[in-house]
Amino acid sequence: MPTYTLNTPLTDADIEKLRAGDVVLLNGIIYSGRDAAHKKLMELLDAGKPLPFDLKGASIYYVGPSPAPPGRPIGSAGPTTSYRMDAYAPRLHALGLKATIGKGKRSDEVKQAMRDNKAVYFGATGGAGALLSKCITASTVIAFEELGPEAVREMKVKDFPLLVINDAFGGELYAKPKLDD
Amino acid sequence: MREIKAADISAAVAQMCMSANTKLPDDVRRKFEEGYKNETTEAGKEIFRQLLENADLSFETKLPLCQDCGLAIFYVEMGEDVFVKGGVNQAITEGMVTGYKDGFLRKSSCDPLTRKNTGDNTPAIIHIDMVPGDRLKISYMAKGGGSENMSRVTMLSPSQGWEGIKKFVVNRVAEAGPNPCPPIILGVGIGGTFEYAPKIAKQALLRKLDDTHPDPKVAAMEAELLEAVNKLGIGPMGLGGSYTCLAVKIALAPCHIASLPLAVNVQCHSARHEEVEF
Repeated sequence: MPTYTLNTPLTDADIEKLRAGDVVLLNGIIYSGRDAAHKKLMELLDAGKPLPFDLKGASIYYVGPSPAPPGRPIGSAGPTTSYRMDAYAPRLHALGLKATIGKGKRSDEVKQAMRDNKAVYFGATGGAGALLSKCITASTVIAFEELGPEAVREMKVKDFPLLVINDAFGGELYAKPKLDD
Repeated sequence: MREIKAADISAAVAQMCMSANTKLPDDVRRKFEEGYKNETTEAGKEIFRQLLENADLSFETKLPLCQDCGLAIFYVEMGEDVFVKGGVNQAITEGMVTGYKDGFLRKSSCDPLTRKNTGDNTPAIIHIDMVPGDRLKISYMAKGGGSENMSRVTMLSPSQGWEGIKKFVVNRVAEAGPNPCPPIILGVGIGGTFEYAPKIAKQALLRKLDDTHPDPKVAAMEAELLEAVNKLGIGPMGLGGSYTCLAVKIALAPCHIASLPLAVNVQCHSARHEEVEF
């Protein structure tokens, strides 16, 4: 299984070498955002206002971490289910978003947007929130603080372990369920 | 009448919330170890390895096993001769709020329309059954949103019978695919009514993964469903393999002659629950 160490922001060249099933250790800055934050990002775009972070080459992690205990940058921080952000992802990909990180299936529209805009979807291990938090070395709320766990955070990650679930060429890693009929 | 102090209940519930979110139950751990040994795909094996490491780290650091510490579900068996000054609901709720605050657990409860977080994980979802005697048993379950979203209730026609039930369950798991964090555990409620079937389906998830249903016929049904679901090959986190589901737990209840209610509660692999008795 090919393993790549990549740094954010991600480039077209980074994305083009990735195929479904590859392991990626991600380094640099990523942004957290889930349901409520995405809705607010859309409202900002509709109003023609700037977003709290630059989308060009950006990676969004679908996560709502648990509160940071004293002495730690963040609490548990595993992925949430991605399909709930499907309604928003194509618009963000068109504006430069290079990667989303979550768990579970994406819609055909999101897969098409990844092909059209050279982007990928990474899977992180769901339910391994304590383990994944070890790779997050810093975390700061940069927008929508009132959303609590759903606020947008700028997170610094070191060798954050990911699997390419959907690549930019239509490849997908998830097993297709074997149904008789 | 036996009085149980509300403060004692609150303290025990707070402790239970913190403990359940940082200590994987032994029966679940044993299944992970079995999966790590026997899973046929390398990707699946690797997931089990990570989950075991995550469980160790969570226990050691008290960071929750999963950032989704769930809505707090309580199944309560309350003796008819038990008295709690101020009420058992209030005592449980206060304990839950303390546990989620002091344990740095995520508060995941919000208004359904404005989506504003209630801030303290209230309300606790409390099901109380009155039983004879003077004992009080409180079971707590941290139920995450990802797996709950994949759960379903349906009203089958009696003619569909067991084959219809089996088909619905298998199709539900197939459709959910990687979304609910497999390997999953299934709580299946058969019979009752539209609201009762899902109640007993979720309650069935409190059973030990390696127990055997006392009724051999039901035990055989559980085994049949488990085999059918695992044939789907979804595997840990949807990466393919033989461990899609760790256990199926069925609860049965008599139903109306016109109905066959069926509820499938999907539980993620982070099956966090504990109980306390007074």
